[in-house]
Amino acid sequence: MPSDLLLDARNLNVHYGHFHALQDVSYTIAPGEIVSLLGGNACGKSTTMKTLLQLVPLTSGEIIFDGASTASESTADVVSRGIASVPEARRVFPEMTIEDNLLVGAHTRRDGRAAIRRDVAAQFDLFPRLAERRTQVAGTMSGGEQQMLAFARALMSRPKLICMDEPTMGLAPKIVDQVLDTIQRINRELGISVFMVEQNAELALSIAHRAYVLVNGVVTLSGGANELIRDPRIREAYLGQKAA
Amino acid sequence: MDTVLAGLINGNAYALVALGLSLVIGVTGIINFAQGSLFAVGAMVGWFVTTSLGLPLWLAAVAAMVVTALLGWVINRVAVKPFAGKAPIASVLATIAIMIILDATAELIFGPEIRPMASGLPTASFQLLGLRINAIDMVILCTSVVLMAGLASFLRWTRFGRAIRATSQDREAAAQMGVPINRVQSGAFMIASALGGLAGVLVAAYFTTISPTQGFTVGLAGLAAATLGGLGSLLGAVIGGLLLGVVEALGVATFGDSARQVITFGVLLGCLWLRPHGLLGSRSVKREPLTGTFFSAARKITIPPWAVAALVVAGALPIIPGLFSGYVVGVGVQIITFALAALSMTILGGQAGQLSLGQAGAVALGAYALAIMTKSAGVPFLVALLLAGIFGAVVMTVLATPSWRLSGHYPAIATLATGALIAAVAQVWDPVTGGGAGISLIPLPSVFGVQLDSNTMLYALGFVLLLTVCWLVRRWSNSHLGLYWRAIREDETAARSAGVPTPQYKSLAFGLSGFIAGIAGGFWAGQYGYINATIFNPLMSFQIVIIAVLGGMLSPFGAILGSIVMVGGLELFRFSSSGRLLVYGVVLLLLIHFRPQGLWTDTGTWSRLKQRFTRRSTAEAVSTHEHEGALA
Repeated sequence: MPSDLLLDARNLNVHYGHFHALQDVSYTIAPGEIVSLLGGNACGKSTTMKTLLQLVPLTSGEIIFDGASTASESTADVVSRGIASVPEARRVFPEMTIEDNLLVGAHTRRDGRAAIRRDVAAQFDLFPRLAERRTQVAGTMSGGEQQMLAFARALMSRPKLICMDEPTMGLAPKIVDQVLDTIQRINRELGISVFMVEQNAELALSIAHRAYVLVNGVVTLSGGANELIRDPRIREAYLGQKAA
Repeated sequence: MDTVLAGLINGNAYALVALGLSLVIGVTGIINFAQGSLFAVGAMVGWFVTTSLGLPLWLAAVAAMVVTALLGWVINRVAVKPFAGKAPIASVLATIAIMIILDATAELIFGPEIRPMASGLPTASFQLLGLRINAIDMVILCTSVVLMAGLASFLRWTRFGRAIRATSQDREAAAQMGVPINRVQSGAFMIASALGGLAGVLVAAYFTTISPTQGFTVGLAGLAAATLGGLGSLLGAVIGGLLLGVVEALGVATFGDSARQVITFGVLLGCLWLRPHGLLGSRSVKREPLTGTFFSAARKITIPPWAVAALVVAGALPIIPGLFSGYVVGVGVQIITFALAALSMTILGGQAGQLSLGQAGAVALGAYALAIMTKSAGVPFLVALLLAGIFGAVVMTVLATPSWRLSGHYPAIATLATGALIAAVAQVWDPVTGGGAGISLIPLPSVFGVQLDSNTMLYALGFVLLLTVCWLVRRWSNSHLGLYWRAIREDETAARSAGVPTPQYKSLAFGLSGFIAGIAGGFWAGQYGYINATIFNPLMSFQIVIIAVLGGMLSPFGAILGSIVMVGGLELFRFSSSGRLLVYGVVLLLLIHFRPQGLWTDTGTWSRLKQRFTRRSTAEAVSTHEHEGALA
């Protein structure tokens, strides 16, 4: 395995009963990369993300993260090794305060209360909107604010890689731009790799470095974002434009 | 004021039990029916440490909390964790099994008698603002306040406390953050159980007596308190507990101690009708207790008509005089009685997907109606039996209707309260129901001038009733009623969108199930000639659900098979009543583990076997099993 990869997922297979949800899916993520996984409904996008977090068992295949296999690890183990996540539909803890939400994000950390407090302060610097509402319960915030909270919560575990499941879903167009900006800032300023699962190919390819296209549990296309955005198959399937 | 203070002491215990219940409901979505048993275990450990070992009370409290916390860990391990991702009813029944096992074990070890307990607490009292306050009142109230404040701070400020809150608000998201949700669940169970155990010690110290049966009553009161406050709300649990304690104390002071249960369940039911999610519950627990894998994973076993005929003939054998001993036939009558009662759940649960934990109420209605009609008014038995069924149907429909606005766990709790309320009213309504003494010398059933004075004749009557009710259940299931009910069971919102008036059809299911349960009750009263209110307690309701669910609710045969196993099979252990209950609990737990979809339902093995032996084409075999619409 090339040692310069942050994540190397090889030949992943997942079955739900008789249903073969992922079929020999392989993908890689290099340090500092934004990689997008594109696909429509029920094609296995979220399943791919869940295998990475050890929430869905693999039937076969292996995931190497940061030089070590995740095979025998629990979700808590992989989170503490540096894989954080922004769940689909944000899923902030609605009746907990902003601050408590962040502290739950730091659940796997063992480096002491002071360091965690410093990181909470760092998130409030990064997301000033959250600082204004630190003692407010998360359920009362708008969708865009909840999305920011979900990012901040993921950052609390000091990740090397953040998995995001459709981070722009259900948000107003103006907010979507903010979210994409934030993802790029997290990537560039903090040097964190991003694995982004998306249905909206145009959005995802506008910030991703590389992408994989998943159709019915099989990777059908992959490559650099610049090539893919010009690929007639992508244009036809995702951008609603007839191949020229 | 003294009354209010006494109410607060009791309410305090309810609050502690309710806190435990709410904590577990928050984290797992499961009502832990064993919570009351943990209260009793706490009281018994307290008795052992203070009275047998002569050690101080605080040590007893610590010991009780340790023992019950360990039991909580075990309960999670055997009754909740194995059923994660399965229908929540499996866990609910499993906690009922644990409750039965714990209560029976306690009775085996400690015996059924009430024991005095030396609490070692000061008995002094002092005057404050004109109130006489006992030192022990202060000790108990202070302990509870400190404990509740401690729990609140723990949940608010600690890492594990936050993990518990996060898990109960969004289990999946918490898992994604790396919160070890299994450990959190274990921890929540242990804390909840220790709270129950501590409440047991405190109450035992206050009343200086313990009784092994108190757990059940306190458990129900705790559930009432948790529901009053709003399931899952911890502040609500405390307020609900104290409120219930005070209202109960005031009621008991006015109407006497026998009115306690009427007040508890009356208040609970009234509150559910007025405030469907409790006083503080804003967010209902979304998981429906009786939908899901119990049905989707299982198919009804269909058997050919000749096999049905063979079963009917086999079932009719005990009617032949002298073939079996009177005792065996008597057990057969018992089996039929419970099968009839369980058939009421086959309609309600198996068809309409509604869980009732109060079917004993409908059985009681039928039993009392028949007893009063045949004894006081001389109504002929068969007419009275029919009227008993109708009475059960009407009253259950009326009582159940307000519950249709409820969602989540609340309808099941409303039915539990309805059933318990009916029994409690029967217990106190002396002029009509005979109160605690019950009704005796109910005339033996006589049909067309023949008096049924032997077990064999009663069996014959029961057998005909059973066949008739099976036929009715089958007719209803195969008609448009069954179609609409199953639509409601599978997806109530979709059914309503398709134009099915769901509240009406749910009421109808409840009414028809009340009719069948009423007939079961009438048959019960006729065969024993004696009834009293304690027979129809919530344990009987649980028994009916257990028989129906574990027999398999998709076919009337399930109820009969369940009754043969759970009533007939356990006759083998008649020699010891607590031993029998213990075996019952263990069998129940094993059945839930190995046949959660019921005995008379198919998970695939049966169709594969059948295919192998009959060598039919696969397509044909599959088509036979695809629909459960047509009954056996």
